[in-house]
Amino acid sequence: MKFGTFGFRICFGFRDSDFGFVLDFEIQIGEESMKKYLYYPGCSLEGTAREYDVSTRAFMKAMDTKLLELEDWTCCGASAAEAVSHLLSVALPALNLAIAEKRDTPEDILVPCSACYLNLKKAQEETRKDPDLLKKVNIVLQEKNLRLQGKVQVRHLLDVISQDIGSERIREQVKRDFSGLCIAPYYGCQCLRPYPVFDDPEVPRSMEPLITATGANVHPWDMGGRCCGASHMNTKPEVGQALVGAILAEAKGADVIVTVCPMCQMNLEAYQRKISSNYGEDLSMTILYLPQFLGLAIGLSEDEMRLDMNLSVTKETRNKLGEMAFALAA
Amino acid sequence: MNEVYKQPTANGPQATADPLARIRGMIQSCIQCGTCTGSCPNAFAMDLTPRHLWRLVLMQQKDDIFQSRTFVLCSACYYCTLRCPRGLPLTEAMGGLKQIAAKEDLPLYKHSIRFYKSFMESIRRHGRVRETEFMTLYFGAMKNPLLPFRFAPLGMKLMGKGKVGVQIPSKNDPNSLDAVFRKAEELEGKDEG
Repeated sequence: MKFGTFGFRICFGFRDSDFGFVLDFEIQIGEESMKKYLYYPGCSLEGTAREYDVSTRAFMKAMDTKLLELEDWTCCGASAAEAVSHLLSVALPALNLAIAEKRDTPEDILVPCSACYLNLKKAQEETRKDPDLLKKVNIVLQEKNLRLQGKVQVRHLLDVISQDIGSERIREQVKRDFSGLCIAPYYGCQCLRPYPVFDDPEVPRSMEPLITATGANVHPWDMGGRCCGASHMNTKPEVGQALVGAILAEAKGADVIVTVCPMCQMNLEAYQRKISSNYGEDLSMTILYLPQFLGLAIGLSEDEMRLDMNLSVTKETRNKLGEMAFALAA
Repeated sequence: MNEVYKQPTANGPQATADPLARIRGMIQSCIQCGTCTGSCPNAFAMDLTPRHLWRLVLMQQKDDIFQSRTFVLCSACYYCTLRCPRGLPLTEAMGGLKQIAAKEDLPLYKHSIRFYKSFMESIRRHGRVRETEFMTLYFGAMKNPLLPFRFAPLGMKLMGKGKVGVQIPSKNDPNSLDAVFRKAEELEGKDEG
């Protein structure tokens, strides 16, 4: 639904006087279907998770939403800032919130990376609760001529897809028959906890209606909210491999695990051979980002979704996807 | 215990030089129920359970705390924070212990500390992380010639996919966050006086 913008004008004038005024109104019809978001990609989406960036932009565009990239955004501090300095762990994400606040009517900030999302959200919540911290943060931000007031909403991509877009609008646009696919939804930690915003932080389910809207089945498991080990895979690999191994083992029977975080994605996809040899069984599994999977369902191509950049798309999944290509359109 | 309390000053009464005091304050009302331990996905790899660690923090056993690897095994999944019946910010408290270890550059945690510091150095220089530079800094800091080989297979795979490029460590980037870092360090240094 795109009607565009209509304007009308009401003029007032006082009898026998030169005074008068004019009121201009503007109504945007179809505004709901062109919702805008301030897009914060985060560092991973420029590098190791480029396919998450590409598929997010393409899917959101297909869903009639507009992403405006936050200008001159900087790193949120990832999990590193928290391990080094409390003040920096708040000031780095706050810097980006302050850039967003420079806009006249700041839109919601949309964040696809769960770690970035939590850092931005935490900076927002902590400075709201603690005026002393806000003051300190603003002294730091002064170095970049920025100031945090706390005006913007920070939202995770899954929040926006499940709440603002919703499964019905996806169902309307589905172009492929995915009824032969079984999908394991993996949420990870930081989009769910500690702030329960759009889902149950213990038993997350927000992806299920999105998956069934495509015709696919949901893999029954309770590993969706388990931890992938985050940066343990680099500094304490045995621990990271044990956590991911348990997740991959429970995913057996599914065709694909879908994720909503570049760190989870990397941990689940990049070490499958090593973990399989630890386990003594083949745990290879296709791991896709949620917008890649949804994008394929609504008819965007594998090239557009950059499936070539994923580190683990199994032959079986490729064949299945090939067979399902545009089945509904035929 | 070698706690040094500062005299109350104009800009902060009860300012204290004991870095553990801030963390003790966060978990003061811990009832030692063990929900944190039961919820922790990494507890299997820890030498002390999280519950035990909180007890040591309350008892000011700094030496024991910083001989344990428990807090560096926290992967910030926030299960304990979510479930703690006292509503304590336990994940943040784990972060606080990591910060002390980083500030005091304790050798037991050098893997994690140097990993995080290398990451921070990269964003300090460029505003955004440059993965290749960050890993190069990390390898340099670790001074272990075998370490890069562990990461080589993944690095090659990522390069093959065009996800990471070759970046030579550089300074003087116009997007540098050096001023922000310096100001934050200055303010945090003042707090600890």
